[in-house]
Amino acid sequence: MHVALAQLVTGLSISAVLLLIALGLTFTFGQMRVINMAHGEFIMAGAYTAYMLQGPLGHQSLLVALPVAFVVAGAIGLVLERLLIRRLYGRPLDTLLVTWGVSLILQQVARDLFGAPNVEVRAPTWLDGGVDVGGITIGANRLFIMAIVVVSVTAIWFYLTRSPQGRRTRAVVENRQLAACSGISTTTVDQRTFFIGSGLAGVAGVGITLLGSVGPTLGSNYLIDAFLVVVVGGLGHLRGAVLAAIGLGLLRAYVEYWSHASIARVVVFLAIVAFLQARPQGLFVLKTRSLQ
Amino acid sequence: MRGRRFRILLAPTLGVCLLAAACGSKSSSTGTTGSTTGGGALPGVSGNTIKVGDLHSLSGTMAISEVTVKNAELLAIDQVNAAGGVLGKQVVPVVEDGQSDWPTFAEKSQKLISVDKVAVVFGGWTSASRKAMLPVYESNKALLFYPVQYEGLEASPYIYYMGATTNQQIVPALDYLKAQGKTKLFLVGSDYVFPKTANKEIKAYAKANGIDIVGEEYTPLGATEYGTIINKITAAKPTAVFNTLNGDSNVAFFKQLRSAQVTPQQLPVLSVSVAEQEVAGIGADVVAGDLVSWNYYQTTNTPESVAFVKAYQAKYGADKVVDDPMEAAFTGVHLWALAVAKAGTTNVEAVKAAMAGLTYQAPEGLVTVDGDNHHITKTARIGLISATGQINEVANSGGPIKPDPFLKSYPWAAGLS
Repeated sequence: MHVALAQLVTGLSISAVLLLIALGLTFTFGQMRVINMAHGEFIMAGAYTAYMLQGPLGHQSLLVALPVAFVVAGAIGLVLERLLIRRLYGRPLDTLLVTWGVSLILQQVARDLFGAPNVEVRAPTWLDGGVDVGGITIGANRLFIMAIVVVSVTAIWFYLTRSPQGRRTRAVVENRQLAACSGISTTTVDQRTFFIGSGLAGVAGVGITLLGSVGPTLGSNYLIDAFLVVVVGGLGHLRGAVLAAIGLGLLRAYVEYWSHASIARVVVFLAIVAFLQARPQGLFVLKTRSLQ
Repeated sequence: MRGRRFRILLAPTLGVCLLAAACGSKSSSTGTTGSTTGGGALPGVSGNTIKVGDLHSLSGTMAISEVTVKNAELLAIDQVNAAGGVLGKQVVPVVEDGQSDWPTFAEKSQKLISVDKVAVVFGGWTSASRKAMLPVYESNKALLFYPVQYEGLEASPYIYYMGATTNQQIVPALDYLKAQGKTKLFLVGSDYVFPKTANKEIKAYAKANGIDIVGEEYTPLGATEYGTIINKITAAKPTAVFNTLNGDSNVAFFKQLRSAQVTPQQLPVLSVSVAEQEVAGIGADVVAGDLVSWNYYQTTNTPESVAFVKAYQAKYGADKVVDDPMEAAFTGVHLWALAVAKAGTTNVEAVKAAMAGLTYQAPEGLVTVDGDNHHITKTARIGLISATGQINEVANSGGPIKPDPFLKSYPWAAGLS
């Protein structure tokens, strides 16, 4: 019983990390259908933003880093959208290759700017402790990541359902031509969506610094997991991504406890392949009348 | 139409995911055609220069460690040149990028040998890269100097091993833990050849020395999630953790261990792949109080060590740290230069003959090349990580240990090789 409970907590904290890194992709990949291989490098940009800010701002810089990383990663995403991705809409394979090239370039830029070795991002002292729940210790930094996830998901949900910009985004996702006919500037919507998606990757990068390494290849460690969550959840569905992250996180935690890490990874992959055979469109399907 | 469009998108995405996942386990298939060096012309010599190869991962996941090793080798080459070069000729490095990809190491080795015709190659880090390069050097009869501690059980006639073999690093570490009364060990490692072989040896040692192995876990290289393994560790109640994780995973492991409120005082972790470079990336406050086992630390107090640190920081920046593999790489270049000077030629067989029994006053102390197994004698040092990021020696072997890659002198290791 104790083990099952401890793994539940571990599984949920894995889920939180998965969801955090996948949130940005639900925008760029889910909403806009852009297979952005450079998404991992936006996460890296967020992590390095936290590293840069701790110099002048000291220990408490993490809270400041969250919004700053959102803007920094968002801005990089916006530049990428304006320069390259905009010209490749509707050509998924070309986008995939181009953004992969961009990801290699960004990694090398980070290596030249910050050096090849990992850098240290210190967690604020108030994240050092842990909370004891029924004999199970939950690290404060894991709780903090869960909090970031909850806040981000709520904010996105409000944005998509309650704000005029969010409604326009959904209109463009459901039927681009009709939205354009109704006077929505699809270019602006695309840019805004890409900005938010990339910015969320930056926020994820700040959160990741609490649990993992900060180096030029940080993003590539997380990219595949992020894609899996979005694909399993169903493209463009926030609640699909949430459920997929929780499912995959728990599955990994429990399988790993009763076997080994490498086997858990294989089992998760097999489960996803089997799931997509039965349901290629993922957990949720976007219902639309458009003819695309 | 809708469904098909989804599938068009999903196929390449999943394809790339699987491809990326498979990259780590790609097996090497090296074309070992090409000419043998030697023959008429001397390898590497042209006019007033001697070309040498330098092959490390300057990109990819291993760049974090290998770039600094390359820097140490280039420093040593500078020093050799400043002292008049070798045989009166300047040494010119040809730097290649192994890209953290093992078949690339084999291809670039072949290129350095047959296109650049270098006299020697300094290169490699992971055992996987060394295993991929080994057949290339053996079939071309060319020389490789490998700078990193490894799992032992190997002695190629064309490779010189500058790092520690098992009996110079892991066995002394186990002796230390045993002397400290740590008799219940949990083994954590990355899922590839070095940790698996090292743990096989550790288990054989444990069996003969009354030590309990209460758990053994492996994670893929680059793994970032250690919550479950930490739960397993706390459930198994070991008295120490023996850590053979490599690369970025160490950062995730230590950060998450501290997050689970496990302190080095309750449960010390002894690592064999965490040196000063890695401590800087993990954060000294996170790993302070944990143990490591190496042959050299930046704090090692010899005149050669002080000079090495000073020269490195003068070339690359006053805030840079040096560590064991960098020192071994640096020593390798100097040993090769001494051997060529002694042989009077870069001819591979002549250099090999000169290498046997060669001594060099390295930053770690006096090292002697073993002519039979191509390893060098090394002093084992157990270090305690301090809050400043430096590592302080807490115990040492008292003098250089003779290399024994096949652990022939240890009865408990019978049957391992």
